[in-house]
Order: sequence, then structure tokens, then C-alpha cells
Amino acid sequence: MSKKTHVTTTINGEQVEFLCEPRQSLLDVLRDVLCLTGTKEGCSNGNCGACTVLLDGVPVDSCLVLGVEVEGAEITTIEGIALPTHLHPLQQCFLEDAALQCGICTPGFIVAAKALLDHNPDPSEHEIRFQLAGNLCRCTGYDKIVRAVQDAARLMQQEHG
Amino acid sequence: MAITHGETSDKLPADRPFKVIGTRPVRHDGVDKVTGRAAYGADLNLPETLCGKVLRSPHGHARIKSIDTREAEKLPGVHAVVTSADLPDVKDKIAQLGEGAVNLADLSGNVLARGKALYKGHAVAAVAAVDAHVAEEALQKIRVDYEVLPSVTWVLDAMADDAPVLHDHLRTKAMGNTGDRPTNIAQHIHFEKGDIQQGFAEADLIVEHEFRTASVHQGYIEPQVATALYHADGHFKIWTSTQGSFTARQQTAEVLQVPVSRITVVPMEIGGGFGGKISIYLEPLAALLSRKTGRAVKMVMSRAEVFQGTGPTPGSFIRVKLGAKRDGRLTAGEAWLAYDAGAFPAGIIGPGCMCVFSCYDLPHARVDGYDVVLNKPKTSAYRAPGATQAAFACELVIDELAEKLDLDPLELRLNNAAREGTRRVDGPVYNRIGLVETLEAAQNHPHYQAPLEGANRGRGVACGYWFNIGLKSSVSASVNPDGTVMLVEGSTDIGGTRTSIAMQLAETLGIPAEAVHPEVVDTDSVGYTDVTGGSRVTFATGMAAHQAGLDIRRKMAERAAMLWECEPAEVTFDQGVFRAGKNSLTFEQLCEKLPSTGSPVVGCATVDPQVSTNGFGCHIVDVEVDPETGKVTVLRYTAVQDAGRAIHPSYVEGQMQGGAVQGIGWALNEEYAFDDSGQMGNPNFLDYRMPTALDVPMIDTLIVEVPNPDHPFGVRGVGEVPIIPPPAAMANAIYAAVGLRMRELPMSPPRIFKALNQK
Repeated sequence: MSKKTHVTTTINGEQVEFLCEPRQSLLDVLRDVLCLTGTKEGCSNGNCGACTVLLDGVPVDSCLVLGVEVEGAEITTIEGIALPTHLHPLQQCFLEDAALQCGICTPGFIVAAKALLDHNPDPSEHEIRFQLAGNLCRCTGYDKIVRAVQDAARLMQQEHG
Repeated sequence: MAITHGETSDKLPADRPFKVIGTRPVRHDGVDKVTGRAAYGADLNLPETLCGKVLRSPHGHARIKSIDTREAEKLPGVHAVVTSADLPDVKDKIAQLGEGAVNLADLSGNVLARGKALYKGHAVAAVAAVDAHVAEEALQKIRVDYEVLPSVTWVLDAMADDAPVLHDHLRTKAMGNTGDRPTNIAQHIHFEKGDIQQGFAEADLIVEHEFRTASVHQGYIEPQVATALYHADGHFKIWTSTQGSFTARQQTAEVLQVPVSRITVVPMEIGGGFGGKISIYLEPLAALLSRKTGRAVKMVMSRAEVFQGTGPTPGSFIRVKLGAKRDGRLTAGEAWLAYDAGAFPAGIIGPGCMCVFSCYDLPHARVDGYDVVLNKPKTSAYRAPGATQAAFACELVIDELAEKLDLDPLELRLNNAAREGTRRVDGPVYNRIGLVETLEAAQNHPHYQAPLEGANRGRGVACGYWFNIGLKSSVSASVNPDGTVMLVEGSTDIGGTRTSIAMQLAETLGIPAEAVHPEVVDTDSVGYTDVTGGSRVTFATGMAAHQAGLDIRRKMAERAAMLWECEPAEVTFDQGVFRAGKNSLTFEQLCEKLPSTGSPVVGCATVDPQVSTNGFGCHIVDVEVDPETGKVTVLRYTAVQDAGRAIHPSYVEGQMQGGAVQGIGWALNEEYAFDDSGQMGNPNFLDYRMPTALDVPMIDTLIVEVPNPDHPFGVRGVGEVPIIPPPAAMANAIYAAVGLRMRELPMSPPRIFKALNQK
């Protein structure tokens, strides 16, 4: 067993320190070391997007990032999307638009969609589909997910209006 | 309170407006699922949990001469190793799993290979170690001496006389007879209606073709997972991702040969199933390893293990022949179907045979079906198991008939549509069904009316039928003093059924959907409930919730009568208000008085409706084919379906959209790619290409409501029908676009490109 490395990082706005083995992925660290199990594992080879987190604002598959790589980084997981007292507009719209069925892909979709809306507050349907093409959903056929992102974009623009 | 099937007391007239049914409340478990708090199987971490891993056969077919686990057991950090020698002998016995049946001896043999490994990925041994890395190292130290045997992965090859035989003891069962030689053909099914020779003699036009479909996987995003903890008193507790906690309990009990009462199954949130999480895989292994170590053992499959070790749907070969009069009246149909069952018998050929002509009123028909074993993972149910392949064949022949008869393809279907009183080729006579209404709605849909212009573009339609089952469900519902109700049920919620069940209780009690709090609980905490499968939950568990609501109303009417000093029979209930004479109390007001006036009020119901709820759908699709690459783009898609009664329309639409897109994936890209030695070459989501958001357009839906006479609110099953029409509708659209009749799935770019260049 290899020696563990000490890593200091920021997760959901709070400074976090952890020890991890060089071979552990960020996904493993989040779920197994830090008990942040909202980030899901669907394939562990970067093809399903269920483990999407924001790494310095950029959506990444946390199964393809090593834990030791996030020294000094800022990470946002699904647990950090909601505000303390209310849901993020994306979360609200996913609920109201019934954009989830089993829900296992939902955290990844919400994180990926947040990254999209952070950079492009008024995306077209095609832009939404393109940005979310790295996230697989097997239940919904994507229709209601795309609509939820469209509705959240409208809601956020009104709030900032 | 025991309820017999089909009882519809408190039947509501169709014209009465509902207060809750048909609305779109936010699902009760929604907040936890959008914030990452919902606990799925892999999210559970008990103290001192060991990690379990499975050693799988690298060969498609091999005799296991010996297994030496000594080196693995010596590795520091390894706590236990199990092989099939640790499993008790399980006798041949058929167990009903709700959607399909299983021979328990075969189930045991699938959990851990005995004597032979029958497919690449077949579990051979399992280890429990301190962590995943040690467990994986231990797997490499297990020495298995294999004698590699020839393997077979295509159904027709497996039926050949010189095919490698998987099970020496297997004999063909056919119409009460058993064959006398070893074979891979487990069963021959035969259905007949009328006289097909006469039927084809009456036909002016006969079309007959052969069709092939590849194995596809259910593709749920959450891999199989199970954690087991053995208690020294002989009790097992198993936390798992399953479509049926009671079915998982029953299967695990049989494989371990312990009474069901010694196992508690806790259904964690489930990340998709589509039929693939009915059979057990990891549960008995985790249980055995926990019993050996005294520690909790958690096992999670990798994606490659999911593809190679869990149930795909069959590959199939189908021949369909249909005859019609010049006026478009079908005279006869004949179908010959061979479905692979994977490595063990009892695949899904039965429903394939029952569904192949189920949309049509055929006076004369004959269907022959074959259940065939070969060197692939044991097949599992996949959303309307067996029907999609059959519809692909039948609906392409129908389309060709319509073309040759110069009839609109929906008109031809309407002229021959099954309706109330039609007898299916396998025997049952339909009660009130909604195929005609569905076809008419499709015909009148703006999509079907809209012109489609442009080169290489075409429109296709196809129908689909699925039985939708009833089966057993239990619920209890406790009334709170604040006017809310705690609903306890056993149907694992894969797609919002907590809400669709709670809404039926809320409607019955005249309270808002939000005033019902549904909980899915473990097998110790609710009465027996069958699987979440067969599109049964909103129908059957919803029926139980309605009956529990009636039980609550009866008990609360008694309490009101006591308060008002009248006879319970004088108390009426309407729109959430109890009344007798001048007295009235709302449900909420009476709830407040319950604690001070007597015992708590709990409503209970168990149901076992032995009915099919008969769902029909019709899909319309526009495609464009790129002649330079063979790629098919879906331009527009509309799904029309009879839901009987849509309890929560958003989740009905969601089922239709999700099923349609799974069907599009099946049509265009998905397949198990096997080489000659039985190796699957694409066990990952990059090479097993499921549709992404970018691959599909919005999926328009139209819900038709022809109430089901066997349900108090008219509900029909919804979930499975929408996967059936897409491959056929897509094939028919591709023909309209470029004149190619694609009779093999998937209709992938290389295949279309090749066909275009051979044209």
C-alpha cells in the first residue's frame, strides 16, 4: 500500500484537508473519504457523467481526476449547489418539470447544467444538448431535462433581471 | 382487508373531475434526489465494511477443472473466498419473479458457475478483503484451471445440430413432450388460431421476410450493488438496488437454502432497472462472504461487469408472413421466432410469441417460438421483454403491405386493429382496449398531418402492445392528527411511483397529494409486494392505496358517527368532507379529533389483480439519412399511447419519452459485439453507444385515455409500451427516406452505408 498524500482543497466553499493514496480518484475521495455521496459512480471511465463536479468552475468527470491533483483547487459538488435556505433554480426546475425518474444521473446533470448557465445564461436548445452530451440519462429521453435547463435559465435571468 | 381482483368499489364516473389525479405535483422524494441526499445502494457505508469482488470467466465457454484459492486466502487483508462449493445444492424449481420466471437451480448456477463457465463474465469465485485494491489483487491469485470449449453466440448457430451444447442435461420441451437428445433448444412454443392455410389462400397479397436483432443491454446508469450483514443469530440483512425487495429476498433465500424470514432486504434508492434488476447477482455472494467473515460486505459491479455479467435482452431471429385482401383486410399471419435466453433456459420467447400479432385482429394465425441457450449472459427482462423484437418484424411487414396495397399505413392498421372482443393468437380475448383511439389520435396528430420535405428524409409509424401485469401489492396508511397520512409501501420507486401511488390515496381521501407522505420500506415492514416491473406499480399498488383509503374512510366514518351519535351508515363522504345530517367535518378536522376519541386510524389493503391492463402505443418519426456516412438523424418524434388514466401526466410523458429514446438507441446503435470466442468487445459506454442528449430531438407525447375497466381510476400500465414501436417506426422511416428495408438491428451507420452502396 502506497503512502498517503496530504491534500488541501476547497469543496463547496469550505477548506478541506484529506489524505489519499496516489491511485485514488477524486470520485473515490469525495465518496469514500469525505462521505460526499451525492456525486454518483456510473462507469468510472468518463463516459456517463454521473460523477460530474466543477473543478475551478469547469465540469469534469471526477472519476478521471486523481485526488492528489486537486491541491489548491476549488471544487463544487451537488451538495454545494443549493443555497442554505432554498434550492438552486436548476434544482427547482428539475423538480417542477419532472426532469428525473430514477435520479441517479441527476446530480451530474445539475452540476453540468450549472456550468453551462454560469457561462452562457441564455443557451439555445442545441447548446444545452451539446453541453449535456457527456451526461447519460437512461430514463427520461432528455426532453424534460432540456426543458428544465431552459426554464432555469429563464428563471435565473428574471432573478437577475 | 383482502381485496379480490378487479373490485372497483367507489367507482368514479368518468366525467367527474378529479382533484388530484391528472395534476402534476412535485414528487415527494424529489428534493433529496436533486440535492444528492437520496441514498442509493452504493451510498451505504456500514462500519467495518469489507469490499467484495467477483472473479469472472475470461472464456465464453470452458470446463472448470479446478479452482485453487489458497494463495488468495493467504494475501494479507483478504478475509474470505467463496466458490460454488460454498453454495448449497438447489433443486430444479420454478419461481415466478413477477416479470418472468426462473429455475432456481439455474439461478444458483448463474450466481456462481458450477462445473462450467457458460459465458465470458460468468462469476466463478468471490473474495472479501479490506479494500477494493486488495480484493482485486486476491482475484488475480485465484488459480482456475479451464478447459476452453467451443462457444456459440448467435441463436441460429446455437440451434444447429453440430452446435456446442451448453447443458448436457437439457432436452427440448414442446407441447407436453420432452426431446431425447442433448440440445440448446430449451423450449418450443406453438400458438394457433383458425386455419392459416385457408387464410393465406384467401389473401391477394402475401409478404414474408426474415429479421435479426442484436442483444442490447438495459443500460441503467447505476451498476448492481449489494451490502450484506450476517448476524450471529442466523439472520441476514441485505441492502440492495432491486426492482423487487421481496423477490430479491425469495431468490436469495432459495440460493442460500435458508427460510425467507431469516433475510431482511432493504431496498435502497434504485438507479434504473428496466427489468435488469429483478434477478439477483451479488446478494447471495455478499451474504455468503458476510457469514464467513462476520463483517458487513459491500459489492459493487464495474460497468464492464454490468455488461458482461448481467442480463441483456435476447438476440433474435424472426420470420413473419402476413396475407391481406386487396381492400387491406388481413387474412392470415405466421411467425417463427427464435430468441436466445443467454446461458440458461427460460428467456422471454413466450411474450415475444404472444405479442408478435397482438395489435391485429387476425382470423387465422400460427406462431412458433424457440427458447435457445448460448454463450451469453443469462438474459433478463428489458422493458416489454420480447415485444420490441417481435414488433420490429411484424410492423415492417405491415408497412410493406400498406405500400403494396397503396394504403396509408395507419389506415391499414386501423382497418385491422385489435379491439374489445378480439382474441389474441395465444388465447386471451381483449376487454375494453384503446388501440383504435390511439391510432386515430396518431392519424389526427399535427405531426402526421405535416408535410415532410427534403432529400433523404422519410416518415415512419409503428404500433406496440404490452400486457401490463397486476400481481400482489400491500400498503398501509396511518392517519396523523394534522390531516396528513403516512403511506407505507413496498414498491421500489424507479420513476416517481411514490407520487403516483400517493396521489391515488390523496384522491380517495379528498386531500392534496402533498398531504400524503409515501415511504418505501424493507421486507420486514410491509406486506408482500411484487416487483416494480410489468408496468404494474401505479396500477396495482395504486389500487391498494385506493383500497387503503377506503378503509380509512370507513374507520373515520365510524368515528364521526360516534361523535355525532348516529349510525356509521348515515355518514357520507364526498370531496374530502364527512357529513351526516347537519353535521360536517373535513378530513383534516376529523383527523384532529382522532387522538382524543379512540384508537389510531390505520388503513390497510392488499391486492392481487390477476389481469392484464393492455397498453397500446403508436409512434411517428421523421428521419434524415446521410448517404455519405449512413448516419440516421431523428428530426421529429411523437409518441401516442393509451394510459387509461394518467395519474401524474408528467411522469406518464416521461415514461413515453424515455422508452422512445431507449428504442431509438436499440434501433440505431446499441448492440453486444461478440467475437468468435464469445468475447464482448464493447463492454463500456463509449463503445456500447446509448443515445445522448445531442442524438435526439424533443419527444412529443400525446396521452390517450380509454379508462381500464379493471382499475378504480381507469389506470393502465404505461412504462413498457413506449420501447416497442421505435425500431420498427425508425426502419419504416428509413425506407421512406432512402428506399432501404433494413431488417436487421441495429440500423447502424456502417450497416446503412453498406446497404445504400449495394442498392
